[in-house]
Amino acid sequence: MRLHEYQSKEVFADYRIPIPRGRLASTPEEAKLIAEELNEPVVLKAQVLIGGRGKAGGIRLVKSPDEAEEEASKVLGNRINDIPVRRLLVEEAVNIQQEIYFGMTVDREHGETFMIASAEGGVEIEEVARSSPEKIVRININPLLGLRDYQARNCATEIEVPRSLWRSFITMTQNLYQAYQNLDATLVEINPLVITTDNRWMALDGKIIIDDNALFRHPDYVDKRDISAETPEEIEARKFGLSYIKLSGNIGCLVNGAGLAMATMDIIQHKGGQPANFLDIGGGASAEKVAAALRILLADRQVKTVLINIFGGITRCDEVASGIKRVLKEINTDIPFIIRLVGTNEAEGKQILADANLKTADTLQEAAEMAVALSLESGS
Amino acid sequence: MSILVNGESRLLVQGITGHEGLFHTQQMLAYGTNIVAGVTPGKGGEWVLNGKIPVFDSVNTAVEVTGANSSIIFVPARFAGDAILEAVDTGIGLIVCITEGIPVKEMLLVKHVIHNHNACLIGPNSPGLITPGCAKVGIIPGAITKKGNVGVISRSGTLTYEVIYALKQADIGTSTCVGIGGDPIIGTSFIDILSHFEGDSQTDIVVMIGEIGGREEENAATYIASNLTKPVIGFIAGQSAPTNKRMGHAGAIIEGGIGNAEQKINALKSAGVHVAQYPEEIPHLVKKI
Repeated sequence: MRLHEYQSKEVFADYRIPIPRGRLASTPEEAKLIAEELNEPVVLKAQVLIGGRGKAGGIRLVKSPDEAEEEASKVLGNRINDIPVRRLLVEEAVNIQQEIYFGMTVDREHGETFMIASAEGGVEIEEVARSSPEKIVRININPLLGLRDYQARNCATEIEVPRSLWRSFITMTQNLYQAYQNLDATLVEINPLVITTDNRWMALDGKIIIDDNALFRHPDYVDKRDISAETPEEIEARKFGLSYIKLSGNIGCLVNGAGLAMATMDIIQHKGGQPANFLDIGGGASAEKVAAALRILLADRQVKTVLINIFGGITRCDEVASGIKRVLKEINTDIPFIIRLVGTNEAEGKQILADANLKTADTLQEAAEMAVALSLESGS
Repeated sequence: MSILVNGESRLLVQGITGHEGLFHTQQMLAYGTNIVAGVTPGKGGEWVLNGKIPVFDSVNTAVEVTGANSSIIFVPARFAGDAILEAVDTGIGLIVCITEGIPVKEMLLVKHVIHNHNACLIGPNSPGLITPGCAKVGIIPGAITKKGNVGVISRSGTLTYEVIYALKQADIGTSTCVGIGGDPIIGTSFIDILSHFEGDSQTDIVVMIGEIGGREEENAATYIASNLTKPVIGFIAGQSAPTNKRMGHAGAIIEGGIGNAEQKINALKSAGVHVAQYPEEIPHLVKKI
């Protein structure tokens, strides 16, 4: 789960990492009021969970409270990359001496957390990694030892932090590691972390991702999840514990297992078609869950054909077939179904489908070919 | 011969009294796996499956009494990290963790402890492993496999079933099939299993099923190029996946350009691996060798 900039900065403040003065505004009048309180030029920052927010016009520097109100009215209520802007972070504009990139994330290869920093702040780290990888410092943290001061100091020297700021850099790094650990984060990023013209540290932006598998330890954040960037289908899918991602094609896919779901999408593409979605119903899905998944597929108007691919292990083919039958009874649809069922209770499942006059394919390859042919027939 | 499980395996089931644990214990027993004990804290002294398997309160007692040397874990995610550490602490050599959804932070600690103890952890979020005709430690349906000379390694569950079933339909058998798990932090890598297969006299050909996310497959490709004499057939799921979207598995995500299918396929091809375009092409490639 990704936190908003303002939420990330609340975390930073709790862990004594300096952030600019400012507050959240949800109306232009509030933005004006905050600008008056701050009594200096301010930055308005749209709180949307996407990258490239600045380029899309989501960040504006203004000189007066009136200008703050005017600019805020242009951004609030409008959309950035199709995501509605509901809140602005109004902050004091900071005079910058030096910009740094600083973050912590998981090193999958070595099974450790690592600290990553670069003297090139303000640009995306992937960009720096491509153009000048030598400017990136990576330091791995042993999970049993935690972050040691010498590691933070080595990082400071590598990215050329002035000596006078080493001590404060180490403290800040340790505090950030504590936040990372306590929040079960898989990523914390401060970009840019700046040294102001009066030699103070300040986190000008913030990004935190909390491990979804650890959210049970952070119930307060579960309620704060921002779903404005998700489609109604994705929200509905989460309710039923389905893993669903909307794509741009017209063949709706319903599969058990993430790997098999991806392989099913791949073969559709390989045969010349386009998948409308990724949908994994998980292991041991009940008829109800299958029905919910199918309703989500059929609600997508782009879907012209449905391809169901089930390899029953824990999942029972008869449960899946019952779920399909149930939906077809309640929804009258012309959309053709291609169904492939193999594994646990395959014969029972196929019988249910035959009774409902539904045809099945024997192999994944055959199923994909049939679905693609139908999707092309139905036209664009 | 086969890898990791054989006739000497004495299996312990952690979380044996749970719904999943009990069901799969029954399935594994029916397949012929030598299950000697179960552990559920608070239920020590009971017996399950009509008095066939004794239940203990701790792994320690279970090992002392029954001489268990391998363990399979069906414990819920928030307790599973602890269950792995308990098994490691007792000196169990092979631990297979089926549980999905263990927090990353927990797994970072577990992985370090495992490494320091020289134990072998398969998973988490793994379907386990099966040596057809001998034993299965996990949830892979026995009926879709056939004994043979192809070693199978995979990061996913049902996709693995698809592949071993397609092999069986083409009358090709499996020596051992290992699901290493779909999580970002897992105990055993492709490389570990590849080296087992290279040294296994029953395995002549290796099938490796990868997916998007991380650099596991690229690392495996480097290893294959300089260490494997046996032919390898590969498949990568997620060629049509968009970036920055997690495709079900916590590990299956393309981030910052890392982990996409094209890079993985290229790395495998340049290591001499025959890469299939879809799962059912794998048996054809095996037959060509």
